[in-house]
Amino acid sequence: MTAINPQPAVSLPRGRPKSKILRRVRESCIMAGLIGCGVFSIATTLTIIVILSVEALRFFRLDEVSFWGFISGTKWSPLLGAEKHFGVWPLICGTLLVTAVAMAVALPLGLITAIWLSEYAKPKVRAVIKPVLEVLAGIPTVVFGFFALTVITPGLRWLHEGFGVYNAASAGLAVAVMCLPIVTSLAEDALRAVPRSLREGAFGLGATRFEVAVKVVTPAALSGIVAAFLLAIARAVGETMIVALAAGASPSLTLDPRSEVQPMTGYMVQIFLGDASNYGAEYYSSYAVAATLFLMTLLLTLIGHRVRVRYRQVYE
Amino acid sequence: MPATIPKHPEVNMMNPSIPLPPAPAEHDKTMRKSDPSTGHGDTQPAIEVAGFDAWYGDFHALKNMNMVIPEKRITAFIGPSGCGKSTFLRWINRMNDLVPSARAAGTLKLHGQDLLDSSTDVVELRRHVGMVFQKPNPFPKNIYDNVAFGPRLHLRMSRVELDQVVEQSLRSAALWDEVKDRLKSPALSLSGGQQQRLCIARAIAVGPSVLLMDEPCSALDPRSTAAIEDLMAQLRNDYTIAIVTHNMQQASRASDYSAFMYQGELIEFGDTEQVFTMPRNEQTQNYITGRFG
Ligand SMILES: Nc1ncnc2c1ncn2[C@@H]1O[C@H](COP(=O)(O)OP(=O)(O)O)[C@@H](O)[C@H]1O
Ligand SMILES: [Mg+2]
Repeated sequence: MTAINPQPAVSLPRGRPKSKILRRVRESCIMAGLIGCGVFSIATTLTIIVILSVEALRFFRLDEVSFWGFISGTKWSPLLGAEKHFGVWPLICGTLLVTAVAMAVALPLGLITAIWLSEYAKPKVRAVIKPVLEVLAGIPTVVFGFFALTVITPGLRWLHEGFGVYNAASAGLAVAVMCLPIVTSLAEDALRAVPRSLREGAFGLGATRFEVAVKVVTPAALSGIVAAFLLAIARAVGETMIVALAAGASPSLTLDPRSEVQPMTGYMVQIFLGDASNYGAEYYSSYAVAATLFLMTLLLTLIGHRVRVRYRQVYE
Repeated sequence: MPATIPKHPEVNMMNPSIPLPPAPAEHDKTMRKSDPSTGHGDTQPAIEVAGFDAWYGDFHALKNMNMVIPEKRITAFIGPSGCGKSTFLRWINRMNDLVPSARAAGTLKLHGQDLLDSSTDVVELRRHVGMVFQKPNPFPKNIYDNVAFGPRLHLRMSRVELDQVVEQSLRSAALWDEVKDRLKSPALSLSGGQQQRLCIARAIAVGPSVLLMDEPCSALDPRSTAAIEDLMAQLRNDYTIAIVTHNMQQASRASDYSAFMYQGELIEFGDTEQVFTMPRNEQTQNYITGRFG
């Protein structure tokens, strides 16, 4: 190999050459550091998955438990009564009910707010609201839990006496408030990423501001908006403090948002923090529930990935 | 190619039952010459500009412009980058309303209607003044929906009528033969030149009388550029076209009138042949011969 030694066409101040060895060593160090970080995060994730699987399997091998009973059962009563039932559907139902209430409020409201922010609001207004949203997104969820118990639940009970002291609607509304800033902020980012040239094209055809927003900008930002929605759903499904405080602790297979439910995360909190032993079926059952929850959020992530690939618009 | 350029596109498209006028005879440039600065001769004025000024914030972007852009002719705007060509075009369809700092004063009239007047309905205005941008900007929808976008906004029409509008517009934009078998495929899958013709079809579909083209060929390869120039030659009988171009050959071969702008001022405006062969102003001379700009 011959050394590359070009003669510069124009002679400029040359200075002294930088040490090639030093640069190579620095590159290697950076490379090693990056690989280390990558390996660490992958290893942590894998460890969590392994522990979840091992403990969940241990649960299914217990005498009083059957795998089939777990995934098809409609009764969950691990703590009370002579006979324990481990049918996971009441917990899933609690999670889905709270999530449904939350998303029915947060997704449309978040999207509308995002459209307003991105397409209508004056730059000054946006400059104030955007950071406020990001601060709101950082509020600890226990605060929303107390908000649900002390404000939303009494309000709901005042409106309609059918609401229980603990109910899915109150928790769902608090989760909605929690998710709203995330949905708004991410959807707004997606809308703002739509190039100005598309908006001008539509305005140039005589579209009104509303038509531009709804018929051009929103469809063009669809993949980002759907990604924002799925992230919000994933957060709602995994939300723990709010539901532990406000949704209740009695697993029931119901679609009535006025009634007390127990979402999956709520059950796990109860087991790990409560007076249950840390052995026995009820203890290991929380690992099985956690694994189920993990599978649900994994599914959401996969769907989100598919949607992003499918609808992504490439603007050069 | 397409022999059916509607004389009054809007009317024909809304009522497809009205037969289209026969194809216009090949445009004869020499028959149409007149002095555009007076608006006299055999042309009607389309856009009248008098004492027109425009600003972005404190920056004086256009200074005391005076000109009459004749109807159904091609007027080319040339001049170095930043001299205000786009700014002027974007005031004709009030696109500059979208720029918060933009402001204008003076007379700018389209067929007698004062465009700067607060009573001017910009949505209506933009139906009559179509715009084609420097970079092709088709919507991320399929080809059909791109062309149908404007008509769907403004007109109540049956599926059959809409199909006809889409076909006619694509024919007028010399794109029909290339896309007729794949109207439902994504517009972004077309080549750059096809995308630009699609944008022209999209603008035509609304039934404008004026087309503003801001450097429509600068992002295109030579073949697509030639296609767009052919297309302009076909559209010149029906539309008032104002085109910004950095390509001197394009301006001299494709336009009827040329306007040279420099640092926000209209330096020279006249018959293209005269501007390019016997410019009255030295700056124009320097620019077209490539000595600056
Ligand atoms: N949105 C804007 N805000 C501020 N200044 C602008 C804006 N658009 C254009 N300008 C300025 O106005 C002048 C004319 O711009 P433009 O009309 O785009 O020139 P051209 O199209 O002839 O290249 C330039 O100096 C440019 O920097
Ligand atoms: Mg320009």
